[in-house]
Parts: sequence; C-alpha cells; structure tokens
Amino acid sequence: MTAEKMALAKAINESLRTALDSDPKVLIMGEDVGKLGGVFRVTDGLQKDFGEDRVIDTPLAESGIVGTAIGLALRGYRPVVEIQFDGFVFPAYDQIVTQLAKMHARALGKIKLPVVIRIPYGGGIGAVEHHSESPEALFAHVAGLKVVSPSTAGDAYWMMQQAIHSDDPVIFFEPKRRYWDKAEVNREAIPGPLHKARVVREGSDLTLAAYGPMVKVCQEAAAAAQEEGKSLEVVDLRSMSPIDFDSIQVSVEKTRRLVVVHEAPVFLGTGAEIAARITERCFYHLEAPVLRVGGYHAPYPPARLEDEYLPGLDRVLDAVDRSLAY
Amino acid sequence: MTVESTAARKPRRSAGSKRTAAKKPPGAQPDLVQLLTPEGKRVKNGEFDAYVADITPEELRGLYRDMVLTRRFDAEATALQRQGELGLWASLLGQEAAQIGSGRATREDDYVFPTYREHGVAWCRGVDPANLLGMFRGVNNGGWDPNSNNFHLYTIVIGSQTLHATGYAMGVAKDGADSAVIAYFGDGASSQGDVAESFTFSAVYNAPVVFFCQNNQWAISEPTERQTRVPLYQRAQGYGFPGVRVDGNDVLACLAVTKWALERARRGEGPTLVEAYTYRMGAHTTSDDPTKYRADEEREAWEAKDPILRLRTYLEASNHADEGFFAELETESEALGKRVREVVRAMPDPDRFAIFENVYADGHALVDEERAQFAAYQASFADEGEGK
Repeated sequence: MTAEKMALAKAINESLRTALDSDPKVLIMGEDVGKLGGVFRVTDGLQKDFGEDRVIDTPLAESGIVGTAIGLALRGYRPVVEIQFDGFVFPAYDQIVTQLAKMHARALGKIKLPVVIRIPYGGGIGAVEHHSESPEALFAHVAGLKVVSPSTAGDAYWMMQQAIHSDDPVIFFEPKRRYWDKAEVNREAIPGPLHKARVVREGSDLTLAAYGPMVKVCQEAAAAAQEEGKSLEVVDLRSMSPIDFDSIQVSVEKTRRLVVVHEAPVFLGTGAEIAARITERCFYHLEAPVLRVGGYHAPYPPARLEDEYLPGLDRVLDAVDRSLAY
Repeated sequence: MTVESTAARKPRRSAGSKRTAAKKPPGAQPDLVQLLTPEGKRVKNGEFDAYVADITPEELRGLYRDMVLTRRFDAEATALQRQGELGLWASLLGQEAAQIGSGRATREDDYVFPTYREHGVAWCRGVDPANLLGMFRGVNNGGWDPNSNNFHLYTIVIGSQTLHATGYAMGVAKDGADSAVIAYFGDGASSQGDVAESFTFSAVYNAPVVFFCQNNQWAISEPTERQTRVPLYQRAQGYGFPGVRVDGNDVLACLAVTKWALERARRGEGPTLVEAYTYRMGAHTTSDDPTKYRADEEREAWEAKDPILRLRTYLEASNHADEGFFAELETESEALGKRVREVVRAMPDPDRFAIFENVYADGHALVDEERAQFAAYQASFADEGEGK
C-alpha cells in the first residue's frame, strides 16, 4: 500500500511519528502535547510510544518553549515545538526574531538551528479571540526564518518531514480549519522541494495564488467560475518564505491576471509583496493590476462575524470579476 | 472598594527613603559567602572551604594573573573605543573576581552562556580576546564558533541566553552526560520574563544549570532597588532550588561557590542560583555617563573592596608570590595590551558580500536574488574603478 487517505492533522501526526522513529534527536515540545495529544490531537499517542523524554509537556510559557528549544538545538537536538494557537506565539516572538533567526549568521555559520515551530493558524472554527489569526507575514518578514503552510494532508506529511530535516528554523503554519480534511498521503512518493509552489488547477484567464486554508476556497471559486465560462488557474504557494515567485511568474505570463488570496490582513501582507514583485517581473504581461483578497485592518472579529471577515468564495469571485473587467 | 483606594491606605515610603529596607553594606549581609575579606584575610567557611581546600599557591597566582590580564585587556578595549577603533565597549571593571572565580570553576566539557560583558569568563574558556573585539568593532555580530570553547556567543538582548542555557542543560541531561551549564546574567536581567521562565523550566526538568547573576548594583542608570524588593538570590527559593549570595569581589569565594553549584548540577540535583554581589566600577558601556545617576562616594567605597588588590594582599602576606611574579606579570600585561592594540588595528572590514553570508544554512531564493542584484549594482561602478 503506497497511498492512504487521512485527515491533515493525522498526516502531521504520522509525519512526526516517522521523524521520532527515524532520528533519536527529534523532540516534540509544547503545552499539552503529551497525554492529551495536543488540543487538536496532532501529537496524539506520540508520548505513549516515544516517552516523556522525547514528547515533552512544557510549562505554559511560549518564550520558554522556544528559548529552551534553541538550547536543545545547540546541543544537537531537532526540536519540533508546538505553539497552541496563532495568537499565543507573541510571547515567543522575541526569542524567534532576536535569537533563533539570527544565531546562525551571528556564529558565521558555525552552528545550525534546526527548530520547527508548529502553529495552528487561521479562522473559520468559531473560536474566541486570539485563536483565529494569521500572523505569517510577521515571520516571513524576518531574515533567517523559513515559513511554510500546507494545504492538504499529503503536503502536510511531506512538508513536515522536510521542515524537520531543514537545518534552518522553519515556522510551520497549520491550517487549523483543514485539520479534518482528508486526502491521500503517499509515504513512498518523492516529494518536490519544500519551497516550490504547485499549480493545483490549470486555467488560462486568471491566476489565483493562495496557501494554507485558502487554497480550497480558491479551488471552489475556480470550479464556480468554470460554470460561467471563466478558466482560473490556482497556484498553491506552500511557502511564504521564500516565495516561489518563478512559478507565479510562469502562471501570470500565461493568464496575464493575478489575484492573491489569504486570510491575513492585506495591508503589508504576503499579497502586497507578491503584487509588487509580480508587477516588476510581469509588467508588460499584466492586463490588470494585481488584486488582493484578505482580512481587513481590524482585530480579528468575534466568531459571529468571521464569515464577513474571511475571504470566501464570493469575495474571491468578486475580485476575479474586477480583474477581468480591465 | 477599588484597587486604588486599597493601595492608597497602605503606608508608603517617600522616594528618598527607599534604600532603607533592602540595602545594607555587603559586608553586613549575613548571607554573603566570603573567603577572602576586602583586607585580604582568609576567613573560614564551614560549607564552602572544602571546594578550595586543595588550591595550590600556583593556582592562586593563576587566579591573580587571570584577573590582572582581564583588567588590562578591558582597559585596552576601553582605550581603543576612545581612539575610534571600537564602536562600543562594555567594561567589566570591578567584576573580575566574579568572572574569573566562576569561569575557573567550569570544566572543559561544561557550557557557558554569557551576556556581552563576560570578557573574564571568555578568557578562562580560552576564547581569543580578538574574537570579542570584532563584535564591538563592528566587523561581525558574534563571530566565533561557540563549540570550539563551549562558550556561546555574547547575547545582547537581556536575559535571552538563560533559556538557551536551560535548553542546553536539558539536552545534557537527556544525553546522560555529567557536564554542567552556566548562564550569566545581571541584576537588570533578573526582571526579564525569560529569566523567570528559565528558572521555571530548569526547576521542573531538574536541568543541570547554574544561574550566575552578577549583581553589579546598576542596570545602566537603575539601581537594584528598581529591579527587586528581595535580595536576588532569594528568588530561587520560590522556584524550589537553592540560591546563594557570594561576595562577587572575592575570587576564592566565587570559585568555591560556583564549583559547589556545578557539582550539584553534575550530581543531578538540578539548578542553582548564585548571586555574585559586586560592583560595576565603570560605566555601563563607553556610551554611558554614570555621573548622571550615581555618587562618587559609592564607587570609592567599593574601590576599597577591589578584587585584585585583596588577592594580592593575601598572596604577599602568605608568601605565595614574590616580587618577581608581579614584575613578570606586569611585563605580560604590557605585551597583552600591545597585542590587543595590534590585532584590533589590523582587523580588516569584512567583505561587503558578507551581508548575504550565513543568513540561512540551506540557502534561500530571496537572499540569492538580492545578492545578485547587489553584485550587479556594485559591478555598475566598474568603470569608476573597483566599485569603491
């Protein structure tokens, strides 16, 4: 059996299990990752099978989790730490930005910091505040970090493998509302590069670029547009640092139109960077300005309003229409 | 009843009287471990004498030499900053005993996590003094291989390294090694959340780490009273591990107490907090002006407790060192100063492409792209000669 259908959360669990199994230096750390298996059960059963010494319930202190993970990495370990929710990463932001991101350069390359920071992110699950945010741009902006987000179970499995093997710190954003989405995971496949984007639907009229939870929304939008006779290409970026501008460029040179979609606020977000770069690279190909669909410059709203805030099918199609109107 | 009204009924001290409760002269502190008095007299200590019982005259002279050379190196660096050769220097003047005593207590396989002022500890670990100067000259942001002397990079963000030390110590314990880890920080850092978290993590995981706090009384312009209402070493009690205050100007006591703490760590007894009670005789850095916030009398009172002077008095009184030793050391000291000057002045600026080096271990497309753009930009000056 080469491929198996499983939920995205389970795929990450299996990937962590594979890593723990194959490398004694891999550690899992975080709040409630042990007996409970994490609040989303992503680490379910790992402590039982690998012991408290390798799957470590930590004190409730995010800076401490990342700071000690740095120390463990300096000792030769490969910690995979969990931040329980997106909005709770900020106590650790100092350690991530001032220490983790810069230490390799400060030591002129003499030491490596193979730390993976898993962050369940994004909205759509009706949560209380600080549990639905998309802070990826705050990390992609920092040199020394790599930032990725899978959109499917298959990618989740392999991207986690690659993140753990990476000698650079990787911020691994997990689309929490897709945790229960099932897809094929082929453990014997040879995965493509971690930071390469992938065309998940081919089209000719316009390119939708997205990552994480928004890839599914874009695929649905493309299917709906097809019924209206519009052919949309969907590119799953997979990586926000580095961003695979080459793949976006290839797509845009074909379709001549680009809409970038993410949950995070559009202001100074990933889409802003993509718009600027693609405008530079594809100025004479573009038939319309690059448009962005995303969150607003407002605190993430209470759950009863999140459907108004989050980009959905209709807002994506609205942007598609605006682009095609040029 | 509001919180405010509750607070208003509490008796308050006026700002001018806040020194009365916590601050006593260090000699009067009942908790201060001291083996050498400021007058250079060896005093007995039932608990800690054992850790220096077999110290030889040669080793005592070695401690003295370390302190003298460290002070000389430090003075040279301060002078080099004044001459424009360094951008900044953080002097350790006055803290030589705390650093040499604790640094000499470490074993080769132990691991040290310093702040940016641990020049004496770096000396003990065998780090080339020239390495320390590169960072302050502005040719790199660290620059040495931490693993070649088990001496981590200087950490400028206050207190961050205590968590790295704790994590490293957790790794040591996982490896089943009997090495220990020592984290340096100051009285100012004791207010940082990372330091509190490192106490928590090290305690619950029983990590083999020694927290060595040099309480030099001043965090730039803020006195220790602005950081704490209790003596800092007492904080350990709340976390469930021992805390000890040692005379930070007594190299012998610092050696003994740190050895004790490191041995506890090796035996699997977990973390220890050592508060080395000392004094920052100089400015915070060469950019600072202590005359704005502290009185000369305070510094003068601490001059009488000078760490180097008291060991010299002891060495002379006990006939452990003769004139020849001191004269030879003076020559060695001059030679070190000369070498430091030469090394710094000869230190080349880094290649401009160093900006893009080692940003990532496995590379990054954006860094590659920007390096190429930078190279093309530089090359555009080729006609004007080498792109200077």
